[in-house]
Amino acid sequence: MTRYIEGFRKMDAASHFRTTLAEQGRQLAEQGRSIHLMEVCGSHTMAIARFGIRDFLPAAISLVSGPGCPVCVTDPGYIDAAITLAGQGKIIATFGDMLRVPGSRTSLAEARAAGGRVEVCYSPLTAIELARNHPETEVVFLAVGFETTIAPVVAMLDAVIRQAIDNVSLLTAFKRVPPALSALIADPEIQIDGLLCPAHVSAIIGADAYRPYAEQYGVACVVAGFEPLDILYGLQGLTQQLLENRPHVDNQYGRVVKAEGNRQAQRLMEHYLLPADASWRGLGTIPASGLVLRPEFARFDAVHRHGILPTPGRINPRCQCGEVLKGKIRPAQCPLFGVACHPDKPLGPCMVSSEGSCAADFKYARGGA
Amino acid sequence: MQIVAIAENGTGTVDLDGTRYPVELMLIEDPQIGDYVLIHAGYAIEKLDIAEADARLALFESLAEIYRQETGLPVTLAAPPRQREAV
Ligand code: SF4
Repeated sequence: MTRYIEGFRKMDAASHFRTTLAEQGRQLAEQGRSIHLMEVCGSHTMAIARFGIRDFLPAAISLVSGPGCPVCVTDPGYIDAAITLAGQGKIIATFGDMLRVPGSRTSLAEARAAGGRVEVCYSPLTAIELARNHPETEVVFLAVGFETTIAPVVAMLDAVIRQAIDNVSLLTAFKRVPPALSALIADPEIQIDGLLCPAHVSAIIGADAYRPYAEQYGVACVVAGFEPLDILYGLQGLTQQLLENRPHVDNQYGRVVKAEGNRQAQRLMEHYLLPADASWRGLGTIPASGLVLRPEFARFDAVHRHGILPTPGRINPRCQCGEVLKGKIRPAQCPLFGVACHPDKPLGPCMVSSEGSCAADFKYARGGA
Repeated sequence: MQIVAIAENGTGTVDLDGTRYPVELMLIEDPQIGDYVLIHAGYAIEKLDIAEADARLALFESLAEIYRQETGLPVTLAAPPRQREAV
């Protein structure tokens, strides 16, 4: 497999793209245009920072980061609810990213240090193992994520039900990518001409999910992998669509993504989940942008089971994550970036998750600025 | 990663350059030994079309070749990731 990794990072092919993008930039300038592209997915954000891909872009092409990190868009009130459950003696099982996300007052890491049981999992299946080993208590799995993660979590729930395990529940904050994109595209303050569509989310939802953006809003769409050459090829493809005034959906990641997506995963998600309005940190409530357990599975819903009522919670008023997530500012434009807020002491979620825009820019910032 | 074994309960084993990992296969249709799969959080979430991957690599290689011919520059190493020095 190393052959594939190296093959997608060759510098001389990257240089070819640098030349092509420079030429496209010249043509845009000639037409008196500049274009705004958005990378939607946190893995793209990370790769773009890591490989210095913004340096490849001429002045006429700007690339902003979107809301593509599930941790970054989770409300502080959700963390507060998880901390409350930990305080009641439940075992909280979570992906590692969530640990240091600030809630309204503290984080799960602090709750753990204070004696709460918070277990970090690589796979949701760990929740089943924990539940078996601790029959005396309940395991609450922090079900946070976009479609790519929702599918495995729902598969875990399916295993829980098949194995008649009753001490596992989900605290859900599932988010769907397409409604968030619709909200961003409809926002008059944000200009998006082209979307670099996520790789793994698209494996589940399919490339056709982006057709409304191209067909109704004239936004260019390319589904791209996240190796550096994939990203450069994607950016070149987006620019070409815009130069030719021919926005459409180009699935450049056909090695993984099908037009219709992963039907098997979609069926399983539909069986257990229903769309619902969801609150996004920084973006507010977006209609039908979440997925919640269907009423017939309410006994696996931690909120229902324990009668808690998560609120949006309190955001640090100085954190600009909302503006960063909408692509309105770059992380370095936040006055706290790298000063009061850095990965060791994050004030906002964008600085916590490795896929957050602020963390990616901080880690790979040029010249150690 | 390539599927090298499938157990009766539908769980599989994948191989990545000689290291083996367990993987859940219930999110993909008709998994077969020899399939390449994309894995997320312990689950295979889609099969990898290896012919497509090879075709894309060949495309990138030909673009690299064009660049080398136009510029006369030799083959260079994979793009180095940049990383901030330890702070
Ligand atoms: S640098 Fe920190 S405070 Fe500023 S937007 Fe990013 S996470 Fe929020």
